[in-house]
Amino acid sequence: MDDQIKISCSNIWKLYGENPEKFLKENNNNPSTEQLKSNKYIPAVRDASIDVKTGEILVIMGLSGSGKSTLLRCMSKLIQPTDGQVFFEGKDLLKASDKELIEIRRHKMGMVFQHFALLPHRTVLQNVAFPLEVQGIEPLKREERAKEVIKLVGLEGREKYYPRELSGGQQQRVGLARSLAVEPDVWFLDEPFSALDPLIRKEMQNEFLRLQSMLKKTIVFITHDFDEAIRLADRIAIMYEGLIVQVGTPEELITKPATDYVAEFTKDIPRSKLLNAESVMNNEDKKLYDNTVNYNEKIEKIASKVLKSEGSYSVIDENKKVIGSLSKKEIIKALFAEDKNE
Amino acid sequence: MNKIKTIFKGKFLFIFGPFFLLWLLRYVVPNYTISSKTPHWAYIPPKSCLGGCGSIDGFIPFVDWTNALIQFLRKYEIFGLFTFRDFTRGIANYVDKFLDFTEAVLHKGFPSYEIGPLPWIFIITLTVILGFYLRGWRLALLGGTCFAYLILFSKRGIWELSMKSLAAISVSAPLAALIGLCLGILAVKRKKFANFLWPMLNILQSLPHFSYLILVVIFVGIGTKAGVIATVIFAFPPMARLTILGLQNISQEIKEAGVMAGCTKWQMLFKVEIPAARSPIMLGINQVIMQCLAMIVIAAFIGQPGLGHDLLIRLQGLRLGEAFEIGVAVVLIAITLDRYSQALALKEPERREGNFVKRNPYFCATFFAIIICSILVFLFPFFNEYPKELTVSASVYLDNAIKSFTRSLFVPLGAFRDWMLIYFLMPLKAVFQSMPWTGVILFVGAIGWKLGKMRLALTVMLFVFFIASSGYWVRAMITLYMVFASLVICALIGIPLGIWASKKESRTKLVLNICDIFQTFPSFIYLLPAIMLFQISDVSAIFAIVIYSSIPMIRYTVFGLRNVPQQIIEASITSGCTERQLLWKVKMPLAFPEIILGANQTLMFALFMVMIAGFIGTVDLSQEIFRALSFSDGGKGLIIGLCVAFIGLTADRLLVEWSNQMKKKLGFIN
Repeated sequence: MDDQIKISCSNIWKLYGENPEKFLKENNNNPSTEQLKSNKYIPAVRDASIDVKTGEILVIMGLSGSGKSTLLRCMSKLIQPTDGQVFFEGKDLLKASDKELIEIRRHKMGMVFQHFALLPHRTVLQNVAFPLEVQGIEPLKREERAKEVIKLVGLEGREKYYPRELSGGQQQRVGLARSLAVEPDVWFLDEPFSALDPLIRKEMQNEFLRLQSMLKKTIVFITHDFDEAIRLADRIAIMYEGLIVQVGTPEELITKPATDYVAEFTKDIPRSKLLNAESVMNNEDKKLYDNTVNYNEKIEKIASKVLKSEGSYSVIDENKKVIGSLSKKEIIKALFAEDKNE
Repeated sequence: MNKIKTIFKGKFLFIFGPFFLLWLLRYVVPNYTISSKTPHWAYIPPKSCLGGCGSIDGFIPFVDWTNALIQFLRKYEIFGLFTFRDFTRGIANYVDKFLDFTEAVLHKGFPSYEIGPLPWIFIITLTVILGFYLRGWRLALLGGTCFAYLILFSKRGIWELSMKSLAAISVSAPLAALIGLCLGILAVKRKKFANFLWPMLNILQSLPHFSYLILVVIFVGIGTKAGVIATVIFAFPPMARLTILGLQNISQEIKEAGVMAGCTKWQMLFKVEIPAARSPIMLGINQVIMQCLAMIVIAAFIGQPGLGHDLLIRLQGLRLGEAFEIGVAVVLIAITLDRYSQALALKEPERREGNFVKRNPYFCATFFAIIICSILVFLFPFFNEYPKELTVSASVYLDNAIKSFTRSLFVPLGAFRDWMLIYFLMPLKAVFQSMPWTGVILFVGAIGWKLGKMRLALTVMLFVFFIASSGYWVRAMITLYMVFASLVICALIGIPLGIWASKKESRTKLVLNICDIFQTFPSFIYLLPAIMLFQISDVSAIFAIVIYSSIPMIRYTVFGLRNVPQQIIEASITSGCTERQLLWKVKMPLAFPEIILGANQTLMFALFMVMIAGFIGTVDLSQEIFRALSFSDGGKGLIIGLCVAFIGLTADRLLVEWSNQMKKKLGFIN
C-alpha cells in the first residue's frame, strides 16, 4: 500500500433498514435508487470510495442528510458500514478487534464534534486530559500535557472553568484541545464550526489554519458551508444523497464541475478570488506577447489590467516558459460562469 | 374542541354502540332484576366454571393458582438445601445488619460501647450546613426548621419516632437506588432485558402497595426489616426508569467522544455515561426518597415502627389532634428530604480557587461544626439530650379546635355530604354496577381498535377479561366508580384552576409551587382532613382522593396552555381574537393532548389513593385487599392487586395512545 495514503475507503455502503447486508448482496452490491426506495431502505452512504493522503486537508462537503457525517464515522468505525473496506495505515479497520480499535483511537485519532461534546461535570483541564486519563497516564503527566494543549488553543487561565461557563467558541477550543491531547496522526472534524456565530466561525477557521500550519496533521473536515470548504481545503469531496459526486481541488470543482449539482454549488463563489491564470488561459495560443503574467496569479489581481489593455497577455510558468495566453475573452468567461453553458 | 369531534367523527356509534346495546338489553332480558341471585352470565361474570377446583370466586381460579405457587415456593427446596423462603429471609437478615447500624446511630446508640445515639445538635447543625452547601440559606432554614419542630414537639416522642423512620429510610433508599440503577444500566446495555423489565416496571408501579405487603409478610415476616424490603420493592422502579431514560438521552456526540478517546466499556459507563446522565439519575434518587417516605405509613401495616405506625394508631382511634401533630412531622420531613435531594440533582460543580479553606469551605465548616458541637455536648447535657420539660404539644388545643370547627360546620357539611351521596355518588355507583362486563370488554376493545392498534385492543381486552374472570368484577366496578367520580370532580376543579393559573406568570408560579408542596405529602395525610370534615363515608374517601389527585390535572393543564407556541398566540391576536376566543379556539385545542395526559395521571393517582382510602371503609377492591392482608392471603392480595393494576394500565394505554395520536395530528411530535 502506498504510504502516502493514510486512510483508504473503498465501496463503502451504509444502509438503514431491515437486514441491509442481505439486501445488498441480493442486488450485486449495487442497488439502484429505485430499488432502495421500493424496499424502504434509507441509504446514508452509497458506494463511496475515497483516499485521504498523509498531511492533506480533505473536506467532505454536502448538505444535511447527504451522508457526509456517516462517511466520517465509517472512517473511524464509530459506525459499522454495511459493506466496503476501510484501511487505516494499511490496516483493515473493519476486521480489527475491539482492543485494537481502542489502541488506534487512543493514539492515532482525534475527533472534534459539532456540538462540542464536552463532559459537563469536568473542568476544562479535566476534559482535555480525559483521553490521557482513559489511557491510564498518571495525573501529573496528563495535566502537564493538557496544560500545553490548552495553551496552544489560547485558553490559558481557564483551566478550572466548567464548560457551561465558557462561550461557544471557547468550548470548541476545548474540543480542539481535547482531540489534540494525544497527538493524533489523523484529525477528524465533524462540522466543528457550524454551531458558532459567523464572526466567531471566521476566527476559529483562522485558528484552525494556524494550528494546522504548526502541527501538519492528516485532516478530514466535514462542513456544509462551501465558503468554509474553499478556505480550508486542499481537496474537496462533494456528497449528494450518499454518493460522492466529485473529488478535486477547489479550482477543479469550479472550472470543471462534474454535474449540475456541483455547478449549482460553485455558481455563487467569487471565482476571481479562486482561479489563477493557468486554470483559465487559452492553452493553444503559446505566442509570447509584450505583457506577461505568472501562471499562479489570481484572476482577481490581473483581471482589470487584462480588460483595460487591447492585446493578449502571455502566461509563463516558473521557468519563464510560455504555457498559454489570456485575452479579454478568457477573463470574461472566467468571471461569469454562465457563459460556459452557452 | 373541534379536534375531539374529528377524532370521533363517525366512530362514536362504533365505540359506544355495542356497549350501550348490551347495557340496555340488560333491562329487557327476562327475569332479570337487580337483586336477582342468578344474573345473566353476560352481565355479571359467572362463578367458577372450571368446577371442583375449590375456588369460591372467579370462573378462572387465579387466586387458587397463585396460592398454590406461593405454597410451592415456601416448601420447595432449592438444591435440596433451602427453601425459597429461607432464601428471602436470609436476604432480610442482611438488611437487618444495616438497619442495626443506622438505628444505633440515630436513636438506639451502641450500648455495648457505652455510646449514645447522635445528639440532636449534630443532626440539626449538619443538616443546616448541607442545606447551605446544596443551595443556600433558604434550604438551610427549611432543614433547620424541620428538625427544630421535631425536637420541640417531641412531648409524645416525635423525635424518636422520626429517627426510627429515618433509620429505615437510610437503609431502604440507598438499597432501592442501587438496585434501580443496576437494573436500569442492564436494561440499556441488554435489549432483551429491557423488553422484560419495562412491563415488569409498569405492573410493579401500578400494583397497590398492600398486595405485595402480603407477599412480604409471607416470605420475610413482619417488623422493620420487612418494612424496609417492602419499601425497596416499591421504590426502585422509578429509579430504574429514570436511569434508563437518562442513559438513553445522552447525546450521541458525547458517547462518540468517549469512544474516540479510546474508552473501554467500563470506562464508558463510569466516566462518560453515568456522569453525563447524572441529573436524571439524581432525580431518580429524589423519587426513591419520596417513595420511601410514602411507604413509612404503609409499611406500618406490617409492623414497621416509626412515625407511620403512630399516625395509624391515632387515626384509628380518631385522636385527630395528635395525628395532626405527627402528620406535620411527616410532611416537614417529606418536604425537607424532597428539597434537599432536588437540590442535589440540580447541583452543578462550582469553580473555587484560592487557598485550602477557600477551595473547600463546606468541608472546613463541617469540621469546625463537629468540633464545636462535640464540646457543647461534652459540657452541657442539654445539647446531648433535649430535656422533656422543654418540649411542647399542641394536640389538646388542636383537638378542641378540630372539634369546635367540625361542630360548627356539622350541619352544612352533613347536608353537603348527603346531597353528594344521594344526587351524585349513589346514582353513579348504580350506573357502574349495572355495566355488563361483556360490554366493557367490547368498549375498550373498540377504542383500542379505533386508535388503530390491533395489539393495543387485544391487550386492553385481555386486561378487562382478567378482572372479570378473577371473580372481583363487582368490587372492581365500585373501585372504578370511585375513581371516575373523583376524576370528574378533579377535572371540574383542575381545568378551570389550570386555565386561571396559566394566564399570568406569577399565578403559574404560585399554583405550581402549591402543587409541588402538596405532592410531597405522603398520601395517608390526606385522610386526616377528610375524616375531620366528612367522617367515614364515600364522600370523605372521594374528598381525600380529589385533593391528592387534582395535582396532575392542574399541572398538565397549566403546562399544556403555557406551552402553546408564542407565534400561534401572536398570530391569533393579530387575527383579532378576543381573550375568550383565544382560549377556546386556539389554546384549549392545542393543549388538549396534554390535558388528556393530565387526566391519565389523575386517574393513576386516584387509583392509588382509592386503595389507601379503603382504610376508612369503602367497599371496593381495597376492602378486599385489607381483608387479604389481615388473613395473610397472598394469592388473593396479589390477584386483587393485579385487578387494580389492570384497571390502571387499561386506562393508561388508551389515554396515552390517544394523546400521542392527537399530538401527531397537531404536529407536536413525529
